[in-house]
Amino acid sequence: MTDVFFYIFATAALAGALGVVFSRNTVSGAMCLIGTFLSMASLFVLLEAYFLAVIQVLVYAGAVMVLFLFIIMLLDVKETAAKKASIYTWAASLIGFGILITGVFAISAAVSIKNKAPTMPEASGTSLKAFGYELFTTYLLPMQVTGFLLLIAMIGVIVLSKKVNTE
Amino acid sequence: MPIVIKRRPLNFLEKLYLPEIARGLSTTFKKIWEKPVTLEYPEQRPTIPEGYRGVPTLVKDPEGREKCVSCQLCEFVCPPKAIRIKPGEIPENSEYAHVEKGPQEFEIDMLRCIYCGMCQEVCPEEAIWLQNQFSLSGYSREELVNNKEDLYELGGTLPDEHFKWRKKKEAAEHGSGH
Amino acid sequence: MDVNPVILKFVYAATVVSVIMGLCSYAVLAERKISSWIQGRVGPNRTSLPLIGGIPLIGKFLTRLGIYQPVPDGLKFLFKEDVVPAHVNKFYFIMAPVIALVPALTTVVVVPFGRFVTEAGEVIPLVLANVNVGLLFLFAISSLGVYGVVLAGWSSNSKYPFLGGIRASAQMISYELAMGVSVLPILIWVNAPGREGTLNLFDIAQAQSGFWFAMWMPVSAIIFLVCLFAETNRLPFDMAESETELVSGFHTEYSSFKFGLFFVGEYAHMVVGSCVFTLLFLGGWNPMPFVTLEALGFGEGILGAILSVGIFSGKMCGMMFFFMWIRWTLPRFRYDQVMKLGWKILLPLSIANLVVYTIFIFYLDTKL
Repeated sequence: MTDVFFYIFATAALAGALGVVFSRNTVSGAMCLIGTFLSMASLFVLLEAYFLAVIQVLVYAGAVMVLFLFIIMLLDVKETAAKKASIYTWAASLIGFGILITGVFAISAAVSIKNKAPTMPEASGTSLKAFGYELFTTYLLPMQVTGFLLLIAMIGVIVLSKKVNTE
Repeated sequence: MPIVIKRRPLNFLEKLYLPEIARGLSTTFKKIWEKPVTLEYPEQRPTIPEGYRGVPTLVKDPEGREKCVSCQLCEFVCPPKAIRIKPGEIPENSEYAHVEKGPQEFEIDMLRCIYCGMCQEVCPEEAIWLQNQFSLSGYSREELVNNKEDLYELGGTLPDEHFKWRKKKEAAEHGSGH
Repeated sequence: MDVNPVILKFVYAATVVSVIMGLCSYAVLAERKISSWIQGRVGPNRTSLPLIGGIPLIGKFLTRLGIYQPVPDGLKFLFKEDVVPAHVNKFYFIMAPVIALVPALTTVVVVPFGRFVTEAGEVIPLVLANVNVGLLFLFAISSLGVYGVVLAGWSSNSKYPFLGGIRASAQMISYELAMGVSVLPILIWVNAPGREGTLNLFDIAQAQSGFWFAMWMPVSAIIFLVCLFAETNRLPFDMAESETELVSGFHTEYSSFKFGLFFVGEYAHMVVGSCVFTLLFLGGWNPMPFVTLEALGFGEGILGAILSVGIFSGKMCGMMFFFMWIRWTLPRFRYDQVMKLGWKILLPLSIANLVVYTIFIFYLDTKL
């Protein structure tokens, strides 16, 4: 049963991702991205990482993508006709594809993925409290750094968007 | 001199907004328990005030005589030209033969009528009255043209104090002119 | 008798969804009745069913109350002409009402509506899916509802719906933050050291056997309530619709059944919102502060379960009444006022509230 669901959602996630790349209409692209996020959340649910799944939907599908759509609609981006790809585009996509292939091979060749995890880790959402505890003890530094990065980004946006008095 | 009304600045509680919302809520809550001000129309009818200008009708006097003498003043004065009158004669053998004229046909097109009441105003015989009828409907245009029978049916009989034509007849017979 | 659990879940889900749909249709009736009472009118009182309406006294009374009104109201949506304007983006135009309704009905899954105590004293929640992250799940799914509105506005390819969609998305982003932060004190209290950690709505409701959260966290309750109004797009925050400025906002181009879906979606959101507020702040199925059903002697068995569902529905209906009462009392905010209220007042207030209660709860937990 779980396997069937895995294949359904994995296909949906991939299809959504391809949709983002190939759709001419920007709103369609955004909707495909939302579809991908939702499918990813479903995959998290299959892994019993409920908290992660819910956060995925809440933050990405529920908040970030609303902002994306808001901006797409405000800018009123028209459907673009197919452009002839320049040499740089080809080079960039080739390099990107190479990196992707390397990554896939590296991951599938790794030993740890071949051995099943002995038990479900305790913090993976079965106990939310444990999750929070881990976040504020073991992973305190990464979390603070991430938070700080976001703060910097926010201040940057405020500085950029604030009108400078030229007098 | 323009009138300047001094607006009191909002005090702290009003600025908080929530107490004012509570006040509004209490007002509407009280309203819930009040009796509705509306009428349930087809069953409950509004009381028509005196002098109401409803559908124009033709009336008879208490003796049962049609008061209209088809002078056609109303037809001429009617702004939307809703009235059509075909004058006719009153037969010799009638009690009111001395009135000479009466309407043969009298039509008011209610699709044109604007309820201005000028016909009533102008009528020298007080024969056309805008009464308390206000609801008029029909399925075709023809239905909404009131002919003479309809008009008399709607109008009925109104009390008359003058009996002008009876007095005229008496005057003619007894030779006492006004 | 063994029934396939999957089929059983389907049956449960169908039951709950049909109950919600029924509630929605009667919420529409309640809305019409309450608006008419507040405005000094009578409201729908003519619709009658053959047979039932003919019963002397009761039939007449129910007709006057408008009990049968939802039937023609619903049928009207089905039988009106379904116009799809030529200038719309057909795919998203048809998808939008569905996207608006589905999240509203999905959130119902995690909302507990009562509890059942077995003779062994075990408390079983009456809920479709008793998930640990219930509250977050609810926030997550209900935040997806805005896509219905935004897509409807965009795909209609016309000015006013578009403005409605834009406003809806901006408003949703602004108020979701304050809403999330305002419930954090509750979560901190429920998850304080020494307690079983949970985001489960059932456990949050059960935790209110003493003080209800609305009593000792009034600021949280008020912020949450205001945000709830904004998130359900109800007056005074119906920026997306605002029929006096934007014709009728995002659903201007919609007719018939598609409009009906939006309509039901709005009321379903309201029902779920009322449920959540009841669970979080009004003590769930506890009849009074400091009085639980167990204390009144109705703990165990079917009777206790029915009473708990009854009390919960009573509170929920009270909240629904409050929603409508507010709607017919307050005028709509101006759009910039909505944004100002969200970002400059509610968000800082909710953060300050969070800080104060964090310190307070820390003090309660360690010193007492």
